[in-house]
Amino acid sequence: MEHITLLLGIVIITALVFDFTNGFHDTANAMATTISTGALKPKTAVAMSAVLNLVGAFMSVEVAKTISKGLVNEEGIQPEVIFAALVGAILWNLVTWLVGLPSSSSHALMGGLIGAAVASAGMGAVNGSVVVTKVLIPAIAAPIVAGVASMLAAKITYKVGGNIGKKTSAKGYKAGQIASAGLVSLAHGTNDAQKTMGIITLALVAGGALAPGSNPPVWVIVSAGMAIAMGTYLGGWRIIRTMGSGLTDLQPQQGFAAQTSAASVILASSHLGFSLSTTHACSGAVMGAGLGRKGGVVRWSTATRMFIAWGLTLPAAALVASGAELVMRTGDIGVAAVAVFLVASCVAIWVISRRQVVDHTNVNEAGTASADEQPGVVTTAIAAVAVPPTAGTTAAVTDEDLKATIPAATANPATPAAPAAAV
Amino acid sequence: MKIDWAALGSVFGVSLSATVALVALFTLGLVGLSKHEAATEQGGAATLARSGAYACFALCAAAVSYGIYLIVA
Repeated sequence: MEHITLLLGIVIITALVFDFTNGFHDTANAMATTISTGALKPKTAVAMSAVLNLVGAFMSVEVAKTISKGLVNEEGIQPEVIFAALVGAILWNLVTWLVGLPSSSSHALMGGLIGAAVASAGMGAVNGSVVVTKVLIPAIAAPIVAGVASMLAAKITYKVGGNIGKKTSAKGYKAGQIASAGLVSLAHGTNDAQKTMGIITLALVAGGALAPGSNPPVWVIVSAGMAIAMGTYLGGWRIIRTMGSGLTDLQPQQGFAAQTSAASVILASSHLGFSLSTTHACSGAVMGAGLGRKGGVVRWSTATRMFIAWGLTLPAAALVASGAELVMRTGDIGVAAVAVFLVASCVAIWVISRRQVVDHTNVNEAGTASADEQPGVVTTAIAAVAVPPTAGTTAAVTDEDLKATIPAATANPATPAAPAAAV
Repeated sequence: MKIDWAALGSVFGVSLSATVALVALFTLGLVGLSKHEAATEQGGAATLARSGAYACFALCAAAVSYGIYLIVA
């Protein structure tokens, strides 16, 4: 019992860390356009988003219930499997944040769960057609749906509102953007904080601390809400910079069109039974809005890097998670090794990020300079992430595994769909 | 493998029409407001433009409330 409690504690803390990374990874979805068009000051924007995420987390526990109840019934899932999945998802979130690319936190979590399940129960644990219908198709559909909608909306607002007075236009589009960004934040809080609640509840049930089929306890709801709000307030400035000014140059009209489209797509998809990722919808909406203005351009090199990251999300998180799961089979030492590896990698990524700080003071200074140097940064960062753990000899076993897995995932970026299909 | 094309299609249709309708409505509201402000600057009044603008904004606000309702429910 003692052992289970300690492991459970680690899983819960890791789940909250994932929630935190989810928060700062996804701040960009709601606030990137608002910040880049100057509708809100950067700090104000993240504060508002954080509050709305927190409020959203308390609004409903429906999603959490489906996660915790749906999975437990399927198989006797172990706390170790959940831990391994979270390790994969957190590391992928941090790596993509480091290179400033928006990617879906839910896909990372799903990839982690798949990888850990495969490592613990074999290939049979994964339903290939579910991967295609729940992951691949939505990943392709979301940006198209949101992009087309926001492109048309941007065109219309430029056409109809061509001769609006300057003052009215500035005030009006500012208010419109704030409202739609608020809606996105709220929806994000309800959806994503609940995923963590579901995971923690699942771990509690798996560890025998909670009766199967229970609702998330209040402390789980509170801590998950707080973690995501704190992450949001920290602000993933690198990703905000890419989304707000890296993909395209946005004017207030476009920002408003993009955010309204993102909000509509998110709400429509979650209520019509075809769930689409918030990140994919928002990125697509931003690109669509970029194309919707006469003379507007999308920087396809940045967009391509983003698409590659989307394609890699699931396999990369899955590989890391399966490596972690295999290492943990060795028992307590393996669990400790994975925990040490996770902490060491997080610290390493943070240290690397300090070399070129992006925060609320320079979030809008993307320009072409950073776009030009980024292809190099992507590769070096991924390489660098794989290196530092080798120095920390404490987790020798884990290092061997992950050094091998991370480059393997990035070796064939040209075919993002292929690795996912292989899973 | 069964892909729910109907659901995907309806998500596409609903999001597209909702986005376009809302943005168009909001822009019309701004046009009305702008006309009203231009008129007041010249000492006149554009009551129709102003009421129309408020009606547009009210509809947008209703849509946002419906969105919040969807999130809560």
